[in-house]
This record gives sequence, C-alpha cells and structure tokens, in this order.
Amino acid sequence: MEQFVPVKRSKDGQPVRYLVVDDSVFARKNLAQMIETFGGQLAGEAGDGMTAITEYERTNPDIVLMDITMPQMEGIEAAEKIVQQHPEARIVMVSSVGYQENIVAALQRGARHFVQKPVKPEVLYEVIKYVMGEDGTVAHAAGAGA
Amino acid sequence: MKMELIQPFINAADAVLAQGLQSPMSIGNLSMEEEAYRRKGVAALIWVSGDIEGRIVFDLDPETAVRVASRLAGAELPESDELVQETVCELANQVIGNAVTSLNDQGFHFRVHPPVLHTSEHGPKCSEDTEALVMCFETCSGNVFMNVALRYNRSPQAERAAAGQ
Repeated sequence: MEQFVPVKRSKDGQPVRYLVVDDSVFARKNLAQMIETFGGQLAGEAGDGMTAITEYERTNPDIVLMDITMPQMEGIEAAEKIVQQHPEARIVMVSSVGYQENIVAALQRGARHFVQKPVKPEVLYEVIKYVMGEDGTVAHAAGAGA
Repeated sequence: MKMELIQPFINAADAVLAQGLQSPMSIGNLSMEEEAYRRKGVAALIWVSGDIEGRIVFDLDPETAVRVASRLAGAELPESDELVQETVCELANQVIGNAVTSLNDQGFHFRVHPPVLHTSEHGPKCSEDTEALVMCFETCSGNVFMNVALRYNRSPQAERAAAGQ
C-alpha cells in the first residue's frame, strides 16, 4: 500500500489517533492499514454504534471513521450522540451508501465529512487533512512521499 | 426485472471488484433464475426495503472466495479463516451500497440492511412479482455471482411523481 507523508497532531507532534467503527472486521482491518500509511495510530475499534459511544469515551480519539449501516445502532445516530456530548468530535462517515439524504443527515447531525466505500486511500488522506485543519500538520520526513 | 434496476448493480460490481482486485473484470452470463436459489460457496445476503424490495445474494465458490480475500488482505488466507467470509460480506455491502446510491439518485428510496452470511444451501424460490436475475462477473480471481431478486413496491402515483409527471 502506498505510504503517505504522516499527518501529526499540531499541539504535540504525536500521531493522529483514530477510532474505527464498522461492523465488518474486513473493513476495520482495511481502514487500520490505511491509517498506518497515514502515520496515524489506531486508538480503538467498534463493531456497532453503541460500542462506538463507549469506545469514544474510553479512547478520546482525534478522528472517528464511522460506518453507517450497522446492527444495534446505526452510524448516524451514534455520531449524533457522540457530538452531543463532545461537540469537538471529528467524525468522518465511511459508507457504501452515499446518497444525498444520507450525507445530508450525517452532516446535519454533526459528522464533519463523508467518504464513500470502496475507500480510496488518497481520498481518505485528503479528507483527514481537511478535517484535522489547523489541529493537524503534515510532517515531512526523510524518505516519505505521497 | 427492468434494466433500470439491473444496470446499477452491474456498474457497482464493476467498480468495486475492479478497484479491490486491481484488475479489470468482464460480465459473463446473465440468466433468469426460476428455480429456488442454490448457494455456490461463500455467500452474503442483503435485504433492501422501501420503494424497491427484495434481496441480493453475493456468492463466490470457496476457492474464489479464498483467492479474493487473500488478494484483498495482502496475505494468503486459509479457507477456514473468518476473514474470508467477512470479505465476501463487505464486498457485497460495497457493491449493493453503491448500486442503491445510484438507484436513489433515480428517485427510488429504500433502506439497506446489514449483510448476513447466507449459510443454507437453498434460498426462497422467486415469485411472479419477484424475478431473480443471476449475474456472473469474471475476475482475475474467479467468477463472482450475484443473484438479484427485487420488486417495485410503490404506488403508481409515486411512480408518476418520481417521473415528474
């Protein structure tokens, strides 16, 4: 997999920490691999919306990558609940169902961005940089190239 | 089943499989299935409900499933690995999600349910108003089958409204 110039946290230069929420183990592994190529760190994983809320509290990640269609509690509802408690939460919805109503509903309930599956690493990388904004910095290191 | 329902599934399978396997695929046989569905190997079942209702089965013979999952995982996986089944479910989720997105843009509204592993040998026989179409996609890792059985579930008034009449 392509290696990207690491995105770090501006405040302390540490890797961006991610919570990955998806009911598919395959999808979580795939996203975890991408996070590694972005120089990030996997803070936690969850397989449904309910667990995502408790994992958010436990891990306090910089970014949440959240699927939409999941058992028990869907991603949009989980995103809304997390943002209600943590308005600063940066949640990126990652779903194969990318129609307008879904995207609008997710953004209205507090998600910062939407990425459609299958996820292209270069697209997610740009979204991560955008969502981190000034809280993220692209750390140019010798030997790394996007 | 109308082509307007089928084409988005073909396009989505083309996009998802070609990107995932990093190799072009071609469309093989397309046939109507009149008998009860018979599972070929590792199969994921997804139900949709709303303006269009029905189910889609995404089915790979065991050897193809292992090859596809290994290719996507970047490592050789044994047939017994749970990740093989997970991969088939997630591929189904991506293909069907993309197809549904396209159909939604055409004015159909529905809900996609999470994929479940289809373990029984047979599925329900299609009915008069729910024809099943079997599509075969030829990939570098083997044939991928998609069995689509859908029916319209909205009133003629809604049809006309969606058509802007």
